[in-house]
Amino acid sequence: MFLYILRRLPQTILVIFGVTLVTFIALQIGGDPTYLFISDRASPEEIEATRIKLGFDKPLYIQYFNYVIKLLQLDFGNSLYFGQSAMTIILETLPATIELTIFSMLIAIFGSIPFGIFAAIYRGTWIDGTLMAIAMLGQSIPSFWLGIMCILYISLNVGWLPISGHVPFLMPLFQGNFIEAFKNLPTTLTYLILPGFAVAFYSVARNARLIRSSMLEVLSQDYVRTAKSKGLTNYVVIMRHAMRNAWLPVVTIIGLEFGFMISGVVVVEVIFAWPGLGRTIFDAIANRDIPLVQAAVVVISVFVIIINLITDLVYAKLDPRIKL
Amino acid sequence: MNRSESSSNHKTTNGNTSGSSSFLKLLSALIQNKWALISVVWLFFIIIVAIFASELSPLDPNKNHIMERVSPPLTLDKKGDMKYLIGSDALGRDGLSRLIYGAQVSLLVGFTAVFIGGILGTLLGILAGYYGRLIDDIIMRLADIQLAFPFILLAILFLVVLGEGLINLILVLGVGQWVTYARIARAQTISQKEKEYVEAAKALGVSNFNIMFGSILPNIFAPLIVIASFNVASVILAEAALSFLGLGVPPQIPTWGAMLAESRDHIFAKRWWLPFFPGMAILITVLAFNIVGDWLRDYLDPRLKEIE
Repeated sequence: MFLYILRRLPQTILVIFGVTLVTFIALQIGGDPTYLFISDRASPEEIEATRIKLGFDKPLYIQYFNYVIKLLQLDFGNSLYFGQSAMTIILETLPATIELTIFSMLIAIFGSIPFGIFAAIYRGTWIDGTLMAIAMLGQSIPSFWLGIMCILYISLNVGWLPISGHVPFLMPLFQGNFIEAFKNLPTTLTYLILPGFAVAFYSVARNARLIRSSMLEVLSQDYVRTAKSKGLTNYVVIMRHAMRNAWLPVVTIIGLEFGFMISGVVVVEVIFAWPGLGRTIFDAIANRDIPLVQAAVVVISVFVIIINLITDLVYAKLDPRIKL
Repeated sequence: MNRSESSSNHKTTNGNTSGSSSFLKLLSALIQNKWALISVVWLFFIIIVAIFASELSPLDPNKNHIMERVSPPLTLDKKGDMKYLIGSDALGRDGLSRLIYGAQVSLLVGFTAVFIGGILGTLLGILAGYYGRLIDDIIMRLADIQLAFPFILLAILFLVVLGEGLINLILVLGVGQWVTYARIARAQTISQKEKEYVEAAKALGVSNFNIMFGSILPNIFAPLIVIASFNVASVILAEAALSFLGLGVPPQIPTWGAMLAESRDHIFAKRWWLPFFPGMAILITVLAFNIVGDWLRDYLDPRLKEIE
């Protein structure tokens, strides 16, 4: 395992390096980045002062070097709008985004598995047809529109679930306030259901299709036929024999899906007034708060890269064919 | 396995020599598939609507009718004629006209971004697959880096810096798509490279450029077309999301995503028509591209299921 991590690590570092390079280039692509950091009415002296203060007068490679050094110190500069450190703002809003992402992930996994398995078992019947039609629909719905429709028809009309807002669970947990965290948990969950569903529906649909084809492949294998001819019931064959191997592609999907899900979370947070990173990015866009947008992009990307690394390692652990 | 391979090769050569007969075959296969047919008809319909938007839209999409703000669907004018078939928005602009003009942006961005990304990605993928070694390593590491980013975030960062505008939006979305094409073009090129026709061309002294783009490209076209169809769907979704976040085209140009963004303030007043119609337009169009993609994949080569 240790050797595998050692082999996998340079790749991860290279990709993180790429992330820093791309986010650096992004700022340079529109010309002198100084103008991104000041108001339109700034005088030439102010512009010059800002340029020197932010180091944009230096050669590009020195600017990049300084940028990376600052990133290593987790210093993303100050938010233009709030005036405080961008990293602080991100750390404050990150827990809410993690809550929503993990919850959506759970829906995506536990929703798509039975979905895909049922479709595979009843292959070619109307059950399969209906489920796959729903999956097709799910892959075509904009998540933020689904969110709006959920608020309109479930929260406002039926009134089962809260319309929008957020009750923190992770934040008090991180602060060591366990009693408050677990007292909040039931309410947190009711607030999570609609946004979580809106984010996860796409993934449920996508994964269900993949699980169905993965399951169909496993079901056609000899060992499954042997198990069936031994007289085992369908349930036992599927749960004990087929599932074990159908699981593997699912783990890979989860890793890949994570980055995807974050994109959905960013947009859906806006609709549900979820006080997470997505909302922060949305406000930062409106205020043209470049350092904050840049910081959020770097933090989320590194987060996604680490999750991908972890899923790779889990996959390696699960699949004995990969030599550790 | 071998037989299906030769038959797919045969199909491409067939397509090159007698275009009209393979087009008829495609058409007859389309007629047999109800959903694919409906989807293709819808796509043609929406393309025509987008092209003739100025003739088809009943009112000026940017004209405010302040006295008739947020009129519900099926609102009549004083003479009893239909005025706002699907309602009007917060400034009293006609929903249907905005929806019709919105089709322009969605389709334009969808097609051009996929075209840019498709050409760029295919080019890099063939180069990587054909030359291998260092070129392959560099291109594929670039792909890894791009894939590490959640794409929307990367697009947000670039668009915030570049500013709003149709060209910027198309460029950012287009360049963002290259990885998908590059990976598939690369994998396909690697498998085609070993085929006899490539060896024969090499022996005949055909230049590398002509082998790559004259011989290999036509043979790997099918999976790329399938990917492009799905890709138009996801680009339209991405465009809607970016417009929703306020990063799309300037506000005076109506788009489906921007209409959804504007509808956000009216959810609590239960003005359902404001989000409902643009959302449905996105849903049906994206669904149609996905269904056509599915059908094309099954038609061109069922083995392509793996590339999903």
